[in-house]
Amino acid sequence: MNSRLAPGILTLAVLGLVIGGAFLGLVRAADGFDIGAFLHSAYTQRVVAFTIGQALLSTLLSVAPAIPVARALARRQAFPGRRLLLRLFGLPLVLPVIVGIFGIVVVYGQSGWINRGMAVMGGQGWQFLYSLPGILIAHAFFNLPLATRLLLPVWGAIPGETWRLATQLGMNSRQLFRLIEWPLIRQVLPGIAGLVFMLCFTSFAIVLTLGGGPANSTIEVAIYQAVRFEFDLGKAVQFAVLQVLICGLLVGVGQRFVRAAPVAATAQRAQDRPDVADLGSRLMDAVLLAAAAAFVLLPLAAVVRDGVAGPVRRVLADPSLWAAAGRSVAVAVTAGVLALFLGWGLLLTSRDLRLRRYRPGPATALETMAALVLVVPPLVIGTGLFAILVPISDVFSIGLVLVIVVNAVMGLPYVVRTLGPPMMQVAEQHDRLCASLGVAGWNRLRLVEWPLLRRAIGAALALAAALSIGDLGVIALFGTQDTQTLPLLLYNRMAAYQLDAAAVTALVLAVLCLGLFVTIERGIGGHGQR
Amino acid sequence: MRKFLGAIGAVVALLSGAAGAADKPVLTVYTYSSFTADWGPGPAVKKAFEANCACEVAYVAVDDGAALLSRLQLEGKSTKADIVLGLDTNLTSEATKTGLFAPHGMDLTGLKLPIAWNDPVFVPFDYGYFAIVYDKTKLAKPPASLADLIDGDPAQKLLLEDPRTSTPGLGFMLWIKQIYGDKAAAAWAKLKPRVLTVSKSWDEAYSLFTKGEAPMVLSYTTSPAYHIMEEKTDKYVAARFAEGQYMQVEVAGRTANSTHADLAKKFLAFMVTSGFQDPIPTTNWMYPVIAPAGGLPPAYDTLVQPTKALLFAPDDVAAHRKAWIDEWLQAMSQ
Repeated sequence: MNSRLAPGILTLAVLGLVIGGAFLGLVRAADGFDIGAFLHSAYTQRVVAFTIGQALLSTLLSVAPAIPVARALARRQAFPGRRLLLRLFGLPLVLPVIVGIFGIVVVYGQSGWINRGMAVMGGQGWQFLYSLPGILIAHAFFNLPLATRLLLPVWGAIPGETWRLATQLGMNSRQLFRLIEWPLIRQVLPGIAGLVFMLCFTSFAIVLTLGGGPANSTIEVAIYQAVRFEFDLGKAVQFAVLQVLICGLLVGVGQRFVRAAPVAATAQRAQDRPDVADLGSRLMDAVLLAAAAAFVLLPLAAVVRDGVAGPVRRVLADPSLWAAAGRSVAVAVTAGVLALFLGWGLLLTSRDLRLRRYRPGPATALETMAALVLVVPPLVIGTGLFAILVPISDVFSIGLVLVIVVNAVMGLPYVVRTLGPPMMQVAEQHDRLCASLGVAGWNRLRLVEWPLLRRAIGAALALAAALSIGDLGVIALFGTQDTQTLPLLLYNRMAAYQLDAAAVTALVLAVLCLGLFVTIERGIGGHGQR
Repeated sequence: MRKFLGAIGAVVALLSGAAGAADKPVLTVYTYSSFTADWGPGPAVKKAFEANCACEVAYVAVDDGAALLSRLQLEGKSTKADIVLGLDTNLTSEATKTGLFAPHGMDLTGLKLPIAWNDPVFVPFDYGYFAIVYDKTKLAKPPASLADLIDGDPAQKLLLEDPRTSTPGLGFMLWIKQIYGDKAAAAWAKLKPRVLTVSKSWDEAYSLFTKGEAPMVLSYTTSPAYHIMEEKTDKYVAARFAEGQYMQVEVAGRTANSTHADLAKKFLAFMVTSGFQDPIPTTNWMYPVIAPAGGLPPAYDTLVQPTKALLFAPDDVAAHRKAWIDEWLQAMSQ
C-alpha cells in the first residue's frame, strides 16, 4: 500500500466512523421499528410530501428568476455597483441562516415593513409566518443569489464570435435566448437546480422557525422533534434513512452536472451582443436587477437597521452574549480547520489517483462520497454520536464537541469543491518540474503548494468556518444554557419574541461571521493574490 | 500537527469546563424556561433555599415541562439533574417507569390540593386549570365551551402549545380527549384551521399572544391575575368552558443517581414550605399547595372558577400518551 493513499483513506475512515457510528448508535438505542406503521402513518406521508413539495417550489422560485437575473447581469457588463451587487449576492451563502430569517421576518412579518406599508395604503395585512409562503421566501432569499452566481459563467463561455454572427444575422433578443443562451443554460441547469433542491430539501433552521405545527415540517425538523420532543430514536432513524434514500437518489443523478459549473464567475468580457443597446432590454434589465437587488438587500438592511436601532448597550453588556460569541468562534475555527484537513487529505489521494495513476474512476468516487455527505442529516449524526457516548461520558457538556465534529464533516463538501480544482491544477502544472528538480515532501509543500494554494486554502477555511459559525442544527438539539452558541441564543430570543434584543444579537452574529470570513480569507489567502 | 491537536484539546477543555470548581455543593435543578425567567419564581426560590442550605442552586432550563421528560430520557443515568421540577401528573407515571427517580419519603397528607395525593415519587408544588385566555378588546364573542372553540370562526386565531414538549399542550390534548373520546381526531381536524401555530413552550405561545399575533391562547385560569396585578389591565380574560377545565398539578422529583441526595431531599421538603410557596401565586401564577400566610392576592378573587375539574389518572395517560400523540400528529398534519 502506498503512502499517497493514506490521507484519503484516513478521511474516509473518519467519515465512516462518524456517520456509520452515528447510525449504529441510533439503531442500537432505538426501541425497535415498525416500518409498516411508520410508512403508513399520515404524519410520515405528510412530512415527506411537504418536504418534497416545498423543495420543488423553492427550487422553482429560486432558479427560474435566476435565469433572467443572471442574463441581465451578463448583458450589463459595466454599470455602477455591478461588483457590489455580485458581492451582495455572495452574502446569503455565508450569512448565518438564522440572521437571514430574522431579516426576512422584519421585512415580511406580521408587523413587518411590507405589511405596514400596505396598511398605510389601506391594504389588508397578510399572514406570513407559520405558513408555506414564509418558507418559500426564505429559501428564495438564500438560493436565488446562489443560483444566479452559478449561472453567470454560462455567458462568459459564449465566445465573441457567436455574438458577431448573431449580429450579422440580425437576431432579436428572444432569438438570442432561444438559439444561443438557452441551449447552454440547459446544460448546467439540472446541476444547479439539483443543488438548490437538495439544500431546500434538507432545510432545517428555516422550517423550524417559519413552519408552524406538524403540517409544515420537513424531514429534518421531524427528526429533531422525534428526538427532542418524543425521545423516539426509532422514528428519527427511519426518517433519516428515508431522507438519505430520497435525497441521495435525486442528488446522485444531478451530481455530475453540478461539477460542470465552476463556482467563481469569470471576468472574461464578452463581445457586445446585438440586443445590448435596445431600449426594451435596457429597461427590462434595470427592473430585473433592481428587483433582485431589493429582494436580497431588504432583509440585510433590516438586520442592520433594527440591530443599530435596538437596545445595543443592554445586549452588548450581557456577558452571556459574549460567552456565546466566544463559543461560536471556537466552534467555527476548530470545525473549519478539521474540515480543511479532512478535505485536503481526501484531495491528496484523489489527485494522486487521477493524475499520477490515471485512475479517474476511484478519484471521482472519492470526491462524490464527500459531496454526498450533504444528504446525511446532521441531526442524525449528532443524535447517533450522542447515543453512543451517553454511557461513556457526560454528553451535554461535550455537546459543543459534537457540534464541531458534525460541522467538520458537513463542511467537507465545500472544502473539496473549493480546494479541489486548484489542487489539480497545481499538480498538472508543477509535477514534472518538481520531479526533475527533486522537490518533494516538506519542501514541495512549502515552496510549491502553499504559495499557489494559500488563496484557495483561505477561501475554503473561511467558507467552512463561516458555515459553522452560523450553524443551528445539532446545537438546537443539545445546546444548554452553558453551551449556547450565538445562533442558538438568537433563535431562543426570536422564539421568546424578544425581537429588539434579537435584532442586536443578529447584527452581532452577522458582523462576527463576516469578520471571521474576511479575516481568514485575507489572513491565510494573503492580500492582492488575485 | 501536535500544536493543532493541542489547540483542539484546549478548546474541548474550554468548552466542557463550564461548571467550574465551586467549593459549595451545587444542586442542579432541571426545569422549564418560564420558571427560571427573571419574572418567574426561579430567582426567589434560589435565594430562599440558598439562605440555609450551604449550597448553590443551578437551574438548567429546557423549553417546557414535557420536554423535561424526553431530555431526561436522552441523558439517562448520566444526567446531571438532582431535581427535575415542572412535570405534571400526566407524565408522572411514565417518569416513574424510567427508573430515573427516587421516592421522596415525605408525608404529604397536609397539602391543600383538589385531589388526594399518594404518589411516592413526586411532590406537587402548585396547581391550576387550563383555559383559553382571550383579549376581550379583540374578541367580542368568546367561546363558552370546547364545542364553541372548535366550531368557531377560523379567522379568529388560537395559539397552542405542542403536547410533545409542553405540559399545557399535553393538558389541552387530554382535555379534548376526555370530552371527545374516539371523536377527538375529528375535533382536532375541525379546530386545526383556527390554530395559528403550535409553539414548543407556553412561553413562546404566550409572548406571541401578548404581542397581539392572535386573540386567543391556551394558558391558565390564573393568567389574567398577572395582567391585573402587574399591568393594571383586565383586557385579558380566561374563558370558562361548559364542559369543565382540565386541571394541572405540577410536580418535582429527585433523581435516583443524584450525587447530592440529601440536598435534593431537603429541596423537596423546602418546596412545600412558605419560602417556596409564597411567591408561587405572583410569579408562577398558579395556586400554591399550602395556604399562603396572607391569603391569595385579591386579583385571584376575580378569576373564573371551573364548572368542573377534569383530569386523567396518571396510569391512563401513560398507557395511551404515545398513541394519542400520534393521533394528534395525524390530525394536525392532514
